[in-house]
Amino acid sequence: MKAVPFEYARPATLAEACALLAAHGADAKLIAGGQSLVPMMAMRLARPAWLVDISRLEELQHLTAPAGQAAGGDGHFVVGAAVRQCVMERDPRGRADLPLLARALRWVGHVQTRNRGTIGGSIVHGDTSAEIALVACVLDAVLELRDTSGATEVPAREFFLAPMITSIAPEQCLAEIRFPVWRGGDHAMRGCAFEEVSVRHGDFALVSACAQVELGADGRCLRAELGIGGAAPVPLALPEVGAQLVGAKIDEQAIVAAADAATGLIDPEGDLHASAEYRRHLARVLVKRVLRAANADAMRNSGETA
Amino acid sequence: MSEALYPVSVDVNGERREALVPARLSLVDFLRDTLRLTGTHAGCEHGICGACSVLLDGEPVRSCLMYAVQADGRSVTTIEGLAQPDGTPGALQDAFCETHATQCGYCTPGMIIAAHALLEANQAPDEQEIREAIGGNLCRCTGYQQIVDAIKLAAAKRAKGAS
Repeated sequence: MKAVPFEYARPATLAEACALLAAHGADAKLIAGGQSLVPMMAMRLARPAWLVDISRLEELQHLTAPAGQAAGGDGHFVVGAAVRQCVMERDPRGRADLPLLARALRWVGHVQTRNRGTIGGSIVHGDTSAEIALVACVLDAVLELRDTSGATEVPAREFFLAPMITSIAPEQCLAEIRFPVWRGGDHAMRGCAFEEVSVRHGDFALVSACAQVELGADGRCLRAELGIGGAAPVPLALPEVGAQLVGAKIDEQAIVAAADAATGLIDPEGDLHASAEYRRHLARVLVKRVLRAANADAMRNSGETA
Repeated sequence: MSEALYPVSVDVNGERREALVPARLSLVDFLRDTLRLTGTHAGCEHGICGACSVLLDGEPVRSCLMYAVQADGRSVTTIEGLAQPDGTPGALQDAFCETHATQCGYCTPGMIIAAHALLEANQAPDEQEIREAIGGNLCRCTGYQQIVDAIKLAAAKRAKGAS
């Protein structure tokens, strides 16, 4: 199928892109990698009158690691919205500071789609099973939205409202994503894991889960964040479950208790790919897997530094 | 109201090609219908099957998931561009023939583009890496094993040629 006719603009600056959005409102759509939007246009689920191409905007291509190793505050790794997934995947600073995102990217589509798809595009698309969106929620990233009147900050955890619906206004453009970095201290080890189940690798996840933990030298959990994708209307961070793990070792008993708590907080829907009951089952299994794997990853990292 | 036309200038297989196109013309339709380069196949036309894969500035992408206007000023390599200068098949294409990896042939151009990109980046891929590289390409004949064999054979021949 082919898209309906539309006008195309490739502004030279972000300000110009915002001006076009302000002029055309909901009739305009931003395109960066187009890996989600173009199929929707081909199926005529999206019929914008104007397509504003931001894929080449220099202002949206930055990758900025936090400077030095600040004690206490670890800073943010800032990712320009139009940074392609393949660029993020290969960035050595990104892999070191955001290992959870690096692991998640391996599950995002295929080589061909990651070569075009962007970090920001995947987030604003608002799919509940999107890996990058889940990581943004779990790490409590902040999104910076721009329009002609300036910048607005929205926590990723408040950005997603319903399936494919986010809090972004038609005149706004996602400019950057600020991911908190956990660098730990001399006595803290960080570990993370991302897991999902899909029909084939690269397909949309039926359910995904991820976790990032920080352990003290005695193996006790100092910090934990986890979340579940595909099992609620939006990608879901579960800070209350993470908090329950803090203060003790992440042993099998704690893992089972966390998986029980996490499963109690989701309300998956069934569809033709998987029943609600199966999704709930997967969520429980995947939360256990990522907690075990993140804990083991942290222990391994401690072995390297010791 | 007639549809607006936009100028595009794309380097296709080393040759500068210019045209006026509607914004909604996909890159695959531009290659096939405007330039008559029908080696690139249009399959699902919504980014699932990988049959339309081409190299954009050397990287494999799905040509149904971008509009021709987005390729303006960029460089595209299609399956035609992987042949030898005299038009005969290249080494990778030969390997596909040798292992009977083509079957119905519909997915073949996309598979070869994906395999070419892999071998350019990784001269000695293992089976897992080969399967991952063609993971975004569907073969409805399900002849994946021969395709994997073809890529292994091409890699081995390259290694031999280089030594």
